Amino acid sequence: MKTRELMMGNEAIAYGLLENGCKMATSYPGTPASEILSSIAMFQQRHGLTLHSQWAINEKVALEIAYAGAISGLRAAVSMKQVGLNVASDPLMSAAYMGTKAGFVIISADDPGPHSSQTEQDSRLMAMMAKIPVLDPDGPAMAKEMTGMAFALSEAFHIPVMLRPTTRVCHSRQDIETGPLTSSDAKPDFQKDPSRWAATPKFRFQLHREVEDKLDAIAAWEETAPVRRNPDIDGKRAIVTSGVAAAHVFEILTDLDLLATLPLYQVRQPFPLHRDFLDHLVRDYDEILVIEETEPVIEMQLADRSRVRGRMSGNVPRAGELLPETIENILRKFAALDPLPAEVPAAPGRRPTLCAGCPHRASFFAIKKAARKGIYTSDIGCYTLGLNLKAVDTVLCMGAAISQAAGFYHAYKHQEKPPDIVATMGDSTFFHAGVPALIDAVVQKVGFVLVILDNRTTAMTGGQPTPMTGLGATGEPLNTVDIAALVRGCGVTFCRTGDPYHYDDFLALMKEAVAWSRTGEGPAVVISRHPCLLDRKKSGERKPARVAVNDNCDACGYCVQQFECPALVMDEGAEAVRVDRMLCSGCAVCVHVCPKGSLEEVFE
Amino acid sequence: MSRTGEQIIISGVGGQGILFVTRLLAEAAIQKGLPVLTSETHGMAQRGGTVVSHFKVGQFTSPLIRPGQADGFLALKAENVAAHGNFLRTGGWAVVNHGSRETASTATFPLPGGADCNAIDADALAVRISNPKSVNLIMLGFALAKVPDLFCSVADIQAVLEHRLADKPEMRQAAVAALNSGHAQAAVPC
Repeated sequence: MKTRELMMGNEAIAYGLLENGCKMATSYPGTPASEILSSIAMFQQRHGLTLHSQWAINEKVALEIAYAGAISGLRAAVSMKQVGLNVASDPLMSAAYMGTKAGFVIISADDPGPHSSQTEQDSRLMAMMAKIPVLDPDGPAMAKEMTGMAFALSEAFHIPVMLRPTTRVCHSRQDIETGPLTSSDAKPDFQKDPSRWAATPKFRFQLHREVEDKLDAIAAWEETAPVRRNPDIDGKRAIVTSGVAAAHVFEILTDLDLLATLPLYQVRQPFPLHRDFLDHLVRDYDEILVIEETEPVIEMQLADRSRVRGRMSGNVPRAGELLPETIENILRKFAALDPLPAEVPAAPGRRPTLCAGCPHRASFFAIKKAARKGIYTSDIGCYTLGLNLKAVDTVLCMGAAISQAAGFYHAYKHQEKPPDIVATMGDSTFFHAGVPALIDAVVQKVGFVLVILDNRTTAMTGGQPTPMTGLGATGEPLNTVDIAALVRGCGVTFCRTGDPYHYDDFLALMKEAVAWSRTGEGPAVVISRHPCLLDRKKSGERKPARVAVNDNCDACGYCVQQFECPALVMDEGAEAVRVDRMLCSGCAVCVHVCPKGSLEEVFE
Repeated sequence: MSRTGEQIIISGVGGQGILFVTRLLAEAAIQKGLPVLTSETHGMAQRGGTVVSHFKVGQFTSPLIRPGQADGFLALKAENVAAHGNFLRTGGWAVVNHGSRETASTATFPLPGGADCNAIDADALAVRISNPKSVNLIMLGFALAKVPDLFCSVADIQAVLEHRLADKPEMRQAAVAALNSGHAQAAVPC
């Protein structure tokens, strides 16, 4: 029986994968892709499906696990955010040559804006570089439909296929028709073929030729060909669009009554672009406007530049999300209509901040005290928001806090008075990409302090398990890996654990670690352990304290600037700071912050 | 415009439960057999930053609302009027949580275009009903009472809540109470 359900784009992708018999699904969390795997696990439990679903330690490992499933003959999918695909790019490039047996879908979610990412990179360019086809859905319903299309395409040409949603697809919700889910009865059957699965360079050359032939054939495959959205009209000026931009364009052309005058094409497979379509465009139109996110992937494949309008001609902005109001002005200009009246710029809104009571805030405050004027390298996670406390100087990519700390150490080591260096990294990030960097730092005798902010979860993306959690994607019991043992296994001799809520002890520990890092023996590691406040199961163990502001407060603003807790509020013109009871978590770390002792814990 | 439908902006800060309110409206739309599209803020902004949901019921294809096109604007924080009030079309409705934390009274609140809209101190009311996290539901209940001809009623939202929280009787009761207290507050004169 078919019903209509409200589904987020990521849930729709998960549902589509399972409807199409996906037997192995892996991922590493990252906005905007995180809910794909968690939805797979949810549907798996709800419908009692038999498949392997897992959070992997990083995207590279996730891709390799799923790929092995696919070459064993099971439909498999791996999902990640776009910068995760950078991490997984090594196996991606190679898997593209080797091909697949059962359908293999790589979902890489882009984040034009960017809303929650380091870059606005376009994964479709990665598909081009790897030489695999990529599908570009315009919303949750199409994303679901394209999972089936991707498996079929992958199996028709024995090639991995990318599905590239963007934030507005992943995090939109739509009413979607769903059918029943049943377990696929596919059985693994790995056929040994060393000239493919373990190809040496001689065979790789052959595989490269095969890939080129596959791409030629895919560029003629009807099932993924572009769709004409208004087939009944003629015109010499056409619009070509894809992804969520196509959803905006269609709605705006409807509003502007332009659907009857401008031929509109929606590209479903931006690479490889269909050969007949390319020929038709340059043969039959005088002017072609291309609207796509984020890079000119379709546009670049149109050879006759004189007729093409888009990013490269300056008609479409080169950076930033294509918001519908931006698209409306591009379309108005193309149709020779008056532009929209200039927008009064809206107020910027409130910046994100660590939650009131977040244990990271206490760690950062202690770090600043223990290593004044230090260099603070940091990493990807909630704790990037240590920026607000001026306790984060660098954020490059997953795992870089350690290697950048090493780089700063080597850069300054011949100076008379090198700065203290403190790296902060979350527990999940440490497992993801920190371990090789830490081993390198031990070997090279790098003097710095690594603070592993161990909140027992992958907090920023919604609380996915880490290798220490001992639970899988569906909550099934798994083994655990102990961080302290792992750190010692990397060769670190100074490795201590503290709770940042016990602020005085934690500050003493930080000072000891900083002193040790100056000895030339290598890195000191402090594991700052306190569960994330959003994890209700763990954080509920403690009775909240009540903090009051006493008469010592002269509204100097030190606590607001240096500790930046949202529950400490300095109203304009106020004579003292106040505690916002609706926000205060009762951690009472702030009583250690005020140098005048004006914040105190009250006992009732 | 040739199509029929309703577009609503729901705005607040991370942690206020914007996503939940958006979802309740979307599920109410589905119950009525209407097509629905929403767009949400996830990721870093959810940590106390400004967040906004776009809600569209009717014949739409884009998940986003353009500035000046929203029929309605629900602001869970007064400061968000400056950030997202520009989405509202001329003559659209707005409901704002003025959150002065002094009284639970209703009032009016100035919009960027100069018009006044209905406002309520949902923060104070939430504290008064001993459910500080229920500002989102109070605001939704208040809006459903103040705004005529919305696609759904407070009873529709209550039905969605009762279905969604069927196995959590305590949460269900508290949620329905918050929704109804916001709804009832609309009858209090400014």
